[in-house]
Amino acid sequence: MTDLTDLTIAEARDGLRGKSFTARELTQAHVDAIEAANAALNAYVLPTPERALEMAAASDARLGKGEGGSLEGIPLGIKDLFCTKGVRTTACSHILDGFTPTYESTVTTNLWAEGAVMLGKLNNDEFAMGSPNETSHYGPVINPWRGPAPTRSSCPAGRPAARRRPVAARLCMGATATDTGGSIRQPAAFTGTVGIKPTYGRCSRWGIVAFASSLDQAGPIARTVRDAAILLKAMASHDPKDTTSVDAVVPDFEAAVGKGVKGLTIGIPKEYRMPGMAPEIEALWQQGIAWLRDAGAEIKEVSLPHTKYALPSYYIVAPAEASSNLARYDGVRYGLREPGADVLSMYENTREAGFGAEVKRRILIGTYVLSAGYYDAYYLKAQKVRTLIKRDFDQASEGVDAILTPTTPGPAFALGEKSGDPVEMYLNDIFTVTVNMAGLPGISVPAGLSSEGTPLGLQLIGRAFDEETLFRTAQVIEDATGPRPSPADWWSKSA
Amino acid sequence: MDAKTEKSNLIEGATGDWEMVIGMEIHAQVTSNAKLFSGASTEFGGDPNSHVSLVDAAMPGMLPVINEGCVAQAIRTGLGLKAQINLNSVFDRKNYFYPDLPQGYQISQYKNPIVGEGEVIVDLLSGERVIVGIERLHLEQDAGKSLHDQHPQFSYVDLNRSGVALMEIVSKPDLRSSEQARAFVSKVRTILRYLGTCDGNMEQGSLRADVNVSVRRPGDEFGTRCEIKNVNSIRFIGQAIEYEARRQIEILEDGGEIHQETRLFDAKTGETRSMRSKEEAHDYRYFPDPDLLPLELTQAFVDDLAKDLPELPDEKRARFIAEYGLTPYDADVLVSERESVDYFEAVAKGRDAKQAANWVINELFGRLNKEGGTIVDSPVTADQLGAIVDLIKSGTISGKIAKDVFDIVWTEGGDPAEIVEARGLKQVTDTGAIEKAVDEVIAANPDKVEQAKEKPALIGWFVGQVMKATQGKASPQAVNELLKAKLGID
Repeated sequence: MTDLTDLTIAEARDGLRGKSFTARELTQAHVDAIEAANAALNAYVLPTPERALEMAAASDARLGKGEGGSLEGIPLGIKDLFCTKGVRTTACSHILDGFTPTYESTVTTNLWAEGAVMLGKLNNDEFAMGSPNETSHYGPVINPWRGPAPTRSSCPAGRPAARRRPVAARLCMGATATDTGGSIRQPAAFTGTVGIKPTYGRCSRWGIVAFASSLDQAGPIARTVRDAAILLKAMASHDPKDTTSVDAVVPDFEAAVGKGVKGLTIGIPKEYRMPGMAPEIEALWQQGIAWLRDAGAEIKEVSLPHTKYALPSYYIVAPAEASSNLARYDGVRYGLREPGADVLSMYENTREAGFGAEVKRRILIGTYVLSAGYYDAYYLKAQKVRTLIKRDFDQASEGVDAILTPTTPGPAFALGEKSGDPVEMYLNDIFTVTVNMAGLPGISVPAGLSSEGTPLGLQLIGRAFDEETLFRTAQVIEDATGPRPSPADWWSKSA
Repeated sequence: MDAKTEKSNLIEGATGDWEMVIGMEIHAQVTSNAKLFSGASTEFGGDPNSHVSLVDAAMPGMLPVINEGCVAQAIRTGLGLKAQINLNSVFDRKNYFYPDLPQGYQISQYKNPIVGEGEVIVDLLSGERVIVGIERLHLEQDAGKSLHDQHPQFSYVDLNRSGVALMEIVSKPDLRSSEQARAFVSKVRTILRYLGTCDGNMEQGSLRADVNVSVRRPGDEFGTRCEIKNVNSIRFIGQAIEYEARRQIEILEDGGEIHQETRLFDAKTGETRSMRSKEEAHDYRYFPDPDLLPLELTQAFVDDLAKDLPELPDEKRARFIAEYGLTPYDADVLVSERESVDYFEAVAKGRDAKQAANWVINELFGRLNKEGGTIVDSPVTADQLGAIVDLIKSGTISGKIAKDVFDIVWTEGGDPAEIVEARGLKQVTDTGAIEKAVDEVIAANPDKVEQAKEKPALIGWFVGQVMKATQGKASPQAVNELLKAKLGID
């Protein structure tokens, strides 16, 4: 029997239905892998093996009766931003020390209703703020992909690159993630996995620790396009508890996989050809264009003229909302409390001790841009830019089914390589934040390896609520890229 | 001087006349079962933290969902204030830290409120009428309550009120005296209670006001204002304004200047004192709440609410004067409280409204005032009072006996018709019996009979004697007619 952790979700689903193995065996294989690897990779901040095996046993019972949902018995990792009932949820921040929700997020509720199994809570950047997954209170996540230099452990870019890594390292079959400015797509790109940020409103935000409410969106990370489609179908729903979730039919995304791109028109935005972009990224992009053209798509240059304003605007809007969203972490009701002589000093002590440097930086930026006298110059202007970015996409998407771009302007960087210069780190978000600002769906799909042997991804941007075209198109790139490479196992404890 | 300046409102200072300029912000708790953005109960008086949802406690990942009932209440209130209803409005976050503010921000409406400009007609006892402009009405969340007396070192927090819907009604600076200000708050409170959008209970904090006061020389530009926060009775509003205006005048007359600040009213001393200066004011960092979509209403939704609006005090007053011929004063007295007008209309229904008004105002209100009760405490129900009026109308009892019956119902209760029957209070309409009494009185008082021929007004004395002889049960009209005939008076 092949290693069960190597299976895709689609394969495991068939294997479970065909009784080739049980959900308990599948889950046990992952529990063992986590046990072996977590010390080195730090992917899970809280593995929940007992709960996982209980859930798997329940899945076996349902499968035995010929029942079960679309994810019956499939073991998943859950980003620590998702509130899980009875299971500690901290957003990987010291300030939420010991916080155990009495409620379950809508997205994870949907997953459990489909029979998925929770392996544990995944590490992520504190409140999902960071790029290389270095800001977690529980220490950085280590990318299983290593460059040739033996001392380097490459960061899975993207903010909460965390959950990506476990998928790549076979520590779960798929993961829930959230994407505010690229935190699903960048880690996917840097770990050779598939990540989709659906249209804003596709998944409920209820029960997900908020970073920037108008940008946050949950989505899956998986090893294949098909697996991502299966997961998104289960995660998405209209939720009356989140007024920004949209009452739209959730299509059978998996059915779109394999339909090909014949007859589709793919837009190539000229403004994304940035000075200073790595030549290998440019080459990757050209390769992607060639693959899609060969598969029958029409390629068309499009213009997104306000692209250059997207990143600065994003770094106003996101911190502004974050500064307000994080005000509730005040030591009064839950989480960390550092005593003080009076209420004010209790607040100061708690928030000083509870938040890490990157979170504090964003709270400060956000507080500044919202303050009297600066609001119009920063926040209001950024919102106007946002409207223009949306309009750019509206105009570009006339006659275009999807837009192809690189996911990131460069390959993954080494741990600590960019944390000294936040602006340089933020620049890595340049191709992903536009999608959040416009509220559109975006998918990152592996398309090759860098000169250093680490994964690179291409991004497809779709029309609102047209994730199906993204799955169709991403599948073509996935097929063209060839067999999924996987990182060499250097992390497991020797037997 | 502007159109609102009245000589009688000016305050005499050492250096000449001053005029006060007052604007109000009324915070009215919306009558609703659930909170503005959560399903938790709004019931008053529960155990601390017994009406708190995950949203109200701002647990991680919780999101607000607008309560449509509260939106409808705000619209109805806007319509009652003859105000513009904004079909598009926006909820903003007002950011500040306080232990009883779990989110670290209050969800409010800043730039785009649900209700725009309107007006309120305020009639004073003096007969003066003031039209007060409404600047806006917006919806916002209430905060929780900090309890400082539960523990020697710590304060406790009760979140029962956290998230309860409030309407903030902002007036234009159109008020020029404390009397106007008090009358304005009373009128707004009456309108809210007619609409059923706020119970107006000031003791429980359902209605409170921030009062902006400045003074100026008549005709000058507005002076610098001070805001007196959270005044929770109409009487205190008057006291706070009077104190604050005189405080400002004293400073100005001494050559000082007023600094914009927030002040608190101390009910014990009747004084206001500084809470924080403009420089110490919070920077609330308002921005649109990204968890909530802009509130979009259809005109049809507003029209439906308008259609079902009850008759409001101004319309009632006008109708009472035009249709019932009541005096403006009587009409004012009746419409000023929803319970009073409901009572009156129940009594007046199918009866002579003017007579009903007389009974409600003179007998019932008179008695209530004397005994220190309000209409809701009345031991005489509208049905009972209506029955008494019916007995007069049918000639069963005289007005005088009716007062006795009222007194019996007040103290003992019971059905007025049965009381009249059981106690033999029926008016005597049998002319034979009355004639007998008349004859006896005439026979017993020949001298008076002579005098009456010279001085017809003496007939009143005879009526009194006959009534006395019949224990008041004789129909006064019949007695009058018989006496006139027998005494030979026209």
